[in-house]
Amino acid sequence: MTDLNAEQKGTAQAIAARLWNSRRLLAAGVVAVLITFGFAGISAYALVPALLLLLAAAILPVTGARHAAESAGAIEAMGLQRLSGEYLAAAVADPLIIFDQAATIVHANAAAFAAFGGIAPGISLPLKFRAPEMQALLDSVLSGTVASDVVDYTEKLPVERAYRVSASSVGHGTDLYVLVFKDQSEARRIDRMRADFIANASHELRTPLASIAGFIETLRGPARNDPAAREQFLQIMQNQTGRMARLIDDLLSLSRLEMKPYLKPGTEVDLRQTVDSVIDSLGPLARENNVAIERDFANGPLDVPGDRDELFQVFENLLENACKYGQSGGRVVVSIARDDDGSEPGIDVTIRDFGPGIPEEHIPRITERFYRIDVETSRTQKGTGLGLSIVKHILTRHNARLTIKSEVGNGAAFSVHLPAH
Amino acid sequence: MQSVHIMSAYDEELKYLSKRIAAMGGHAERMVEQAVAALVNADPGLAQKVIRDDVVLDEGQREIDDKSIIIIAKRQPMATDLREIVGAIRISADLERVGDLGKNVAKRVVAVTDGRQPTSLFRGLEALADLALTQLKEVLDVYASRSVDKIGFVRDRDDQIDAMYTSLFRELLTYMMEDPRNITPCTHLLFCAKNIERIGDHATNIAETIYYIVTGEQMPTERPKSDKTDKIGLSAALPSK
Repeated sequence: MTDLNAEQKGTAQAIAARLWNSRRLLAAGVVAVLITFGFAGISAYALVPALLLLLAAAILPVTGARHAAESAGAIEAMGLQRLSGEYLAAAVADPLIIFDQAATIVHANAAAFAAFGGIAPGISLPLKFRAPEMQALLDSVLSGTVASDVVDYTEKLPVERAYRVSASSVGHGTDLYVLVFKDQSEARRIDRMRADFIANASHELRTPLASIAGFIETLRGPARNDPAAREQFLQIMQNQTGRMARLIDDLLSLSRLEMKPYLKPGTEVDLRQTVDSVIDSLGPLARENNVAIERDFANGPLDVPGDRDELFQVFENLLENACKYGQSGGRVVVSIARDDDGSEPGIDVTIRDFGPGIPEEHIPRITERFYRIDVETSRTQKGTGLGLSIVKHILTRHNARLTIKSEVGNGAAFSVHLPAH
Repeated sequence: MQSVHIMSAYDEELKYLSKRIAAMGGHAERMVEQAVAALVNADPGLAQKVIRDDVVLDEGQREIDDKSIIIIAKRQPMATDLREIVGAIRISADLERVGDLGKNVAKRVVAVTDGRQPTSLFRGLEALADLALTQLKEVLDVYASRSVDKIGFVRDRDDQIDAMYTSLFRELLTYMMEDPRNITPCTHLLFCAKNIERIGDHATNIAETIYYIVTGEQMPTERPKSDKTDKIGLSAALPSK
């Protein structure tokens, strides 16, 4: 019955709209009829019915249009009434969670899933957000003492984030509440970044700076008239300034990574293509070190969610390390394999060298900032001590895992496990 | 999530228990986080706050014990409900211990930061604390989601924590050998590291309890060998060159 009505209304609307659209043509028709009749000199008796006929035709589209406009307004009002909370939540860019009187999650939007993970309808909110300030916020809103409340909430792990969280009840008597997270991490991190950057940079830049200062002193004093020594000292000074520049680059790139709150959902990366371009870009370095790069890629599509530029940086760092520190092995094997068993199916990218290997006691520590197994080797290879911390940071943002296996004398294998979805 | 009982008050009581556990968990996480921050930033004020906060966890554990016993007496719970209640008692005991260990780290702040220590001393400890706290966070997240099929990560991370602890132990020993003046702060740091490693163990215990609550079976018991510090002697710690 309602279907039929709607159908009739639809046809009527379509006709009315067509007439309304042609109203100017109709007006032109009236004029044309008048002119024709006038020039032809036909009596007024014939003119009047003809005009009336056209008028009737002209009135019809006008009323039709009014109908169409009215019904469109009705649809709009009805649309807002019937707008689903889910659609509205999906349109909000900030993480948003709708929960009920028992603090159980009713709905969470995509941004909330991306930011927190492990939330699903049915999960109790105070069990997921355990921080004392969040507990207090939920208690105060659910007990009805206040209609809405705001707190600052920080998460330290896995990636540091700061939110301003507001909780409020929705509508009248719906027994539903909403929690909106406004990301404040950036502002917070800029402050922290400045402090960290200065602390790290000043500490690490001091060594090359001291050596440059020492050489300048020597050049102005004892080595003033010794061209051979001057040449040698200038070379060392150039190396040191190069090192300082690399250090600043790496520190900046690490700080920039820490600024980004979390990965945008929905972007896919083709690992085959990414790893291929990394290998191409490091070709010259590999040749210079006499290292052959071998590929062992699985068949089929090798796509994972992630950020291409960041993953490029990961594999570039790992492959560069393998070429530099595994140089004595003469070859590096890059393999991509699908890993479907285990709790998290995904894709493993392994970069294996056949160099001296890493002693066991260093393995857990080598992703720390400025941790070096052997300061001398690191210096000669132009390392900054930040490469693997950058790798680790990017992988944490991708929910990925870095596994390092090594035996002294048998090389090292750095394996990155990227979850499929 | 939980099946519904005819007595809705019973459901309320069980829900209250898990909510209380979560609150204790959040509190314990915060305490450990702040204790390590106080240590790294040499902040005795923050350390004092952590020490004061421990009371809340003791209180929480006592309350959960009381409530659980009352529920058992009143409702005669069976199966899942009984496991849920016994599990709550065990988890609250573990969390209370985590709080104690965090408090112990906070107590050492003054002694460690007495003479200005280089930041490199703390870097390893920070990394170890990050691992242990991630372990605790993920385990408590599983308590919320009850998705025990993903609990395998606990073992992996436990291995990582042990390896990190062993490495840190070795590093601190070498600092002590280098300069006897390092012995005092390094010994305190060694205890801090041990405490943090124990926090990881408590998190693993909690994971086992959750597994038992949800499945009614014990988690497979092939727990891997723990840290290897018991094998580090003078010769091993000395640089090989």
